Amino acid sequence: MMTEPSTADIERIFREEYGRAVSVLVRVFGDLDLAEEAVQDAFAAALRAWPESGLPPSPAGWLITTARNRTIDRLRRESSREARHAQAALLYSWDEPAEEGPVRDERLRLLFTCCHPALAMTARVALTLRLLGGLTTAEIARAFLVPEPTMAQRIVRAKAKIRDAGIPYRVPHEADLPERLAGVLAVVYLIYNEGHTASEGDVLAREDLCLEAVRLARLLAELMPDEPETLGLLALLLLSESRRGARTGPNGELVLLAEQDRSRWDRALVAEGQALVRQCLRRNRPGPYQIQAAINAVHSDAPSAAATDWRQIMRLYDQLLAIVPTPVVALNRAVAVAEVEGPGAALALVDDLKLHRYHLFHAIRADLLRRLGRTGEAARAYETAVDRTANEAERALLRRRLAELG
Amino acid sequence: MKQYLLSIYQPTGDMPDPGFLAGVMRDVEQLNQELRAAGAWIFAGGLHAPESATVLRADGDDVLTTDGPFAEGKEHLGGFTIISADDLDSALDWGRRLAKATTLPVEVRPFQDESGNRTG
Repeated sequence: MMTEPSTADIERIFREEYGRAVSVLVRVFGDLDLAEEAVQDAFAAALRAWPESGLPPSPAGWLITTARNRTIDRLRRESSREARHAQAALLYSWDEPAEEGPVRDERLRLLFTCCHPALAMTARVALTLRLLGGLTTAEIARAFLVPEPTMAQRIVRAKAKIRDAGIPYRVPHEADLPERLAGVLAVVYLIYNEGHTASEGDVLAREDLCLEAVRLARLLAELMPDEPETLGLLALLLLSESRRGARTGPNGELVLLAEQDRSRWDRALVAEGQALVRQCLRRNRPGPYQIQAAINAVHSDAPSAAATDWRQIMRLYDQLLAIVPTPVVALNRAVAVAEVEGPGAALALVDDLKLHRYHLFHAIRADLLRRLGRTGEAARAYETAVDRTANEAERALLRRRLAELG
Repeated sequence: MKQYLLSIYQPTGDMPDPGFLAGVMRDVEQLNQELRAAGAWIFAGGLHAPESATVLRADGDDVLTTDGPFAEGKEHLGGFTIISADDLDSALDWGRRLAKATTLPVEVRPFQDESGNRTG
């Protein structure tokens, strides 16, 4: 059925297809700026054409073909400008862009380029959101609470480095793949976390980050289904996302897992996440994301906080700590230990950790001290925790706990 | 093919003991052989200490000559290797091996294109 799409429809399609189109055109023109210009140009053409002609059968294919043809025409007209890009494009053996297979590979290439270890983490995140996510520079700036010119500058510099230093558009070789893939997953995870517990910033912009991270994780799981960690990351994000609605109370206050109304969890996301956990764990190649997803799956299984299988969670943390022996993992493991062996055993573990700058270290310690009846020490620990976070929702929760000590 | 400068930065001050240094030289020479065999080698060399340097500064029609390095620092450029490579990944692979051979930090930096194109 042919219906006339609205401007909003076209904008949505554009956002959805942006990464696909840019990645193919980077391959054609060998230049990120040119690829982005070409896609913007095709979008403007779509805004003119589609309301009258209706949506083409493959909007992505239409955008890519239009972007390529219009840009080659333009480069021919302005032959002085970027002649070599036009040459490159003409030499490129042109596959039908609407075909799914090769196009997907292009996005994967671009993702590895955006997440290249030679780029700073902030640049990787910004480039990934811009080029694969189709977010505008203004949107990314807002989400990360950075002035727009600063974010624009960051993106310009990163693109210049890709071009000048010769960062390739390529999926890494087999030998480098595990490490490089871990780098890509880390970028997606960071985007999610920034949206999930942003230290500061606009609520709506942060929700956008969560949704975008889930989209990127879905893309990776689709493009690299044989890598269990990609499935693990997607499962982790879906299970975390399933609880987003329940994490906030009626007045915007933070509600921790134990106190959440579990009927507000999104059962469809829980089911999808749990199925993915089972699927990747069957491969028997555990990794940090899979184990974290499994821990989340145990929580999702429990009908109430009291019914949580903490022994299972503690075993999973043992496994995680063996792979990722960091103090933060040890801290999270201690929370499980408190439920299995009691707050005293957990406190002994926590007190050994060198995490004094981390607000959750003090918050968890405060909670354990409170349960042990050491009220004065608990109060001081809550106060320290409040001082060490800038997130207002977290501060409010910690102050409430402090007041409840009496 | 692009060209990359691999700069080796070493701490200023006492030199390591000769036995250790001989091992480093051997490893670097081995790497240079491999660079040649791969067709990636363009140039490599170690530099004398910074005190051996002389700085020239144009000042109108004159050129001023001063003794010593351009900048005093805790680290200085100890030597460099110039290679040609397909892309940064390949250059970084060589750079990693140079860092291991020298046990020192290595900065990998692209040359501007042969055509003189700076901005592509």
